[in-house]
Amino acid sequence: MSAPAIELKNITKTFGQIVANKNISLSVDAGEIVALLGENGSGKTTLMNMISGIYFPDEGQIFINGKEVVIKSPKDAFKYGIGMIHQHFKLVELFSAAENIVLGLKEKGKYDIKQVSARVREITEKYGFDIDPDKKIYEMSVSEKQTVEIIKVLYRGANILILDEPTAVLTPHETEKLFAVLRKMKEDGKSIIIITHKLHEVLSISDNVVVLRKGEYIGTVETSQTDEAQLTEMMVGKKIDLNIERSTPENSTDRLVVKGIDFTNHDGVKVLDDISFTARSGEILGIAGIAGSGQKELLEAIAGLQKLDGGEIVYMNPSTGNAEDLRNKTPIQIRDLGVRLSFVPEDRLGMGLVGNMDIIDNMMLRSYKKGNSVFLERKAPKALADKVIEDLEVVTPGPTTPVRRLSGGNVQKVLVGREIAAAPTVLMAAYPVRGLDINSSYAIYNLLNEQKKNGVAVIFVGEDLDVLIELCDRILVLCAGRVTGIIDGPTAKKNEIGLLMTKHTGGNE
Amino acid sequence: MPIIVTKIIAFLAASVVQGIPLIYGSTGEIITEKSGHLNLGIPGIMYMGGISGIIGGYLYEHYTENPIGIIAVLISLFASLFGSAIMALIYSFLTVTLRANQNVTGLALTIFGVGVGNFFGGSLLKFFGETGSIYLAATSAAYRTTIPFLSKIPVVGTLLFSYGFLAYLAIIIALLASWFLNKTRYGLALRAVGESPATADAAGVNVTAYKYLATLIGGMIAGLGGLYFVMDSTGGGWTNGGFGDKGWLAIAIVIFALWKPKNSILCSLIFGGLYILCVYIPGLSAPMKEIIKMMPYLVTVAVLIFISIRNKRENMPPASLGTSYFREER
Repeated sequence: MSAPAIELKNITKTFGQIVANKNISLSVDAGEIVALLGENGSGKTTLMNMISGIYFPDEGQIFINGKEVVIKSPKDAFKYGIGMIHQHFKLVELFSAAENIVLGLKEKGKYDIKQVSARVREITEKYGFDIDPDKKIYEMSVSEKQTVEIIKVLYRGANILILDEPTAVLTPHETEKLFAVLRKMKEDGKSIIIITHKLHEVLSISDNVVVLRKGEYIGTVETSQTDEAQLTEMMVGKKIDLNIERSTPENSTDRLVVKGIDFTNHDGVKVLDDISFTARSGEILGIAGIAGSGQKELLEAIAGLQKLDGGEIVYMNPSTGNAEDLRNKTPIQIRDLGVRLSFVPEDRLGMGLVGNMDIIDNMMLRSYKKGNSVFLERKAPKALADKVIEDLEVVTPGPTTPVRRLSGGNVQKVLVGREIAAAPTVLMAAYPVRGLDINSSYAIYNLLNEQKKNGVAVIFVGEDLDVLIELCDRILVLCAGRVTGIIDGPTAKKNEIGLLMTKHTGGNE
Repeated sequence: MPIIVTKIIAFLAASVVQGIPLIYGSTGEIITEKSGHLNLGIPGIMYMGGISGIIGGYLYEHYTENPIGIIAVLISLFASLFGSAIMALIYSFLTVTLRANQNVTGLALTIFGVGVGNFFGGSLLKFFGETGSIYLAATSAAYRTTIPFLSKIPVVGTLLFSYGFLAYLAIIIALLASWFLNKTRYGLALRAVGESPATADAAGVNVTAYKYLATLIGGMIAGLGGLYFVMDSTGGGWTNGGFGDKGWLAIAIVIFALWKPKNSILCSLIFGGLYILCVYIPGLSAPMKEIIKMMPYLVTVAVLIFISIRNKRENMPPASLGTSYFREER
């Protein structure tokens, strides 16, 4: 038997203190499709970035066709016939497909876009793509753009293709088309690595599955010898005890009733599909799901920041006892009712805080309208800033330090602290512990628990299943914009949630 | 020939003379903007191109007994290109390498360029102990040389062949720029840099090099507009502020021409005409003249409104125009 097309041996990569990849090995033969499976943050993309030359491994070896190679830059990767299709497309919107494909290539001979188009057509016919090389990117659907990315890589002569969550943006029908193309490439002898966390796709397309968890290599299984249950178990692992305090909810009443809301984003993707649930006072409702399953849109919809296609969001006003429809209200009116959103986005500062302003001014963003004078009232915000810094142990030279100079964890504390200080009736916290160390995380859990005891309806969007299980009273599981289940926190099982998170109810099943 | 016809011909010829610096300015600015850099220093660079040419030509005429036309042209041309290149390099160093704010940098350069121009324009002679105002007879005459017989043909000669070589060069450069942008690999890469530098970077295009070169070449082309103005249309002299706000007009034309060098030729001639129209309408009051002078800017605003309403992607400014590119920020 000949050497594998690409083989990784004991690859390790660390970023500062964090071990992103630890001793990972995998190999892909020519004409084979390998699925790389793992939760968010399990190190899949880091590993692939090392193959495509974006990162350089700290330890370990990479072999191409049996020969050891050093991949230092995307150019090197290209030289060895490795092509990566990223989740975020790198295309010039104004250019045609052919122009994008040829961009940056130093081919010999005259530049003739018609010849490029002709060659692109050859590739499309060979593999059964469906695309017009002269069409402009901005006129294309998401799946067409992805096709352009794949052809771009093939046009440059790639033999090893890495696809980073290619189906995340596709409809089931488009996914089927993509898989048909991938199978043709496989017959043609190409090696394909596909990163995904959709189990049914893993089972339908791959020959072998490599599972990663928290940066560690868990194992490789033959697709034909495994099933969803085993893969889920490998992916989420055994339950870990965290000892997060959880009190029994008292005097719970319905606070927020969401009925059948739908939302389609500007790319035409249905992000929220018929979502219904109830959030109760004095209770923490957890929301679990793979990143991008609609968590952000759901919270924004409740906060009045997204225009919904349908459904209703009813708020039971505790001071008047009336039911009010939030969909008719402006974000400010919703805020005044006590519905608070503290969203920690991936770039942390993107929503909620202004990086160049200091902590006091950021506190003031929520209160600048108060007061009768035309001048700003700085005393109360200053007191609040001092309180947040003290209570949450924010590490900062002082309340007048610009927020952007604080470390990520401290930025989050400022954000969460400000929202809690407003005495909310509904508190939505998305990824509030993302990037925080253990102690800060527990500080945040305690804050949420305190709010719960005060009778606030807390909605907690989390990533770590262990935390969700221990902290939340109920857990709502989202998958691709749908609610796939609402389960009880104290009795929840990790793999049960894992299965629900990947339970795609697409049309192809 | 009836007097009105003569007047119209004179007006059209004058429009061309006014339009040529605008072709240089707008073509230079289009090339720069295609790399994603809005160079508001273009008016200053055009002043710099003009005064540098004057200084080069003056030094040659001052130290030579019998100046030779072709040498005078070469010296002043080189001096002009050098002057505008320095300005363009300052701009690109600040905005590309140091990622300074493009608008602020550009405006500062314009103020600087206009100041330098007026300073040397006013005191160059004094440095050499002369009095009066600058007049470069030999250099200017060489610039204004027309094609011998063709320019003597009535009407057609005046309209088409009565200009110095820089006028024709302007049109050739604009056409070359159009060909370069649309028909070459490098043009494709340059457009990609202006649209989406991260994409171009990922595709292996050297973004920094393209930005530098586009700003440099664009600035040098724009500087030639200043040179044409001082050497050809004003006949080798310098009046402080004489170049006026043609640099800003050139930037407005970039919008009017929808970032296409080919369009900028016609747009520049139209704007040149509008710029000078008030002189050719008899019996205008002073305020009326100013209102007519405003026309080019009004037209630009109208075009901006129109393209924004139509919202056609091809007519939009380069997508990353005005923003600095930072590879680590991906």
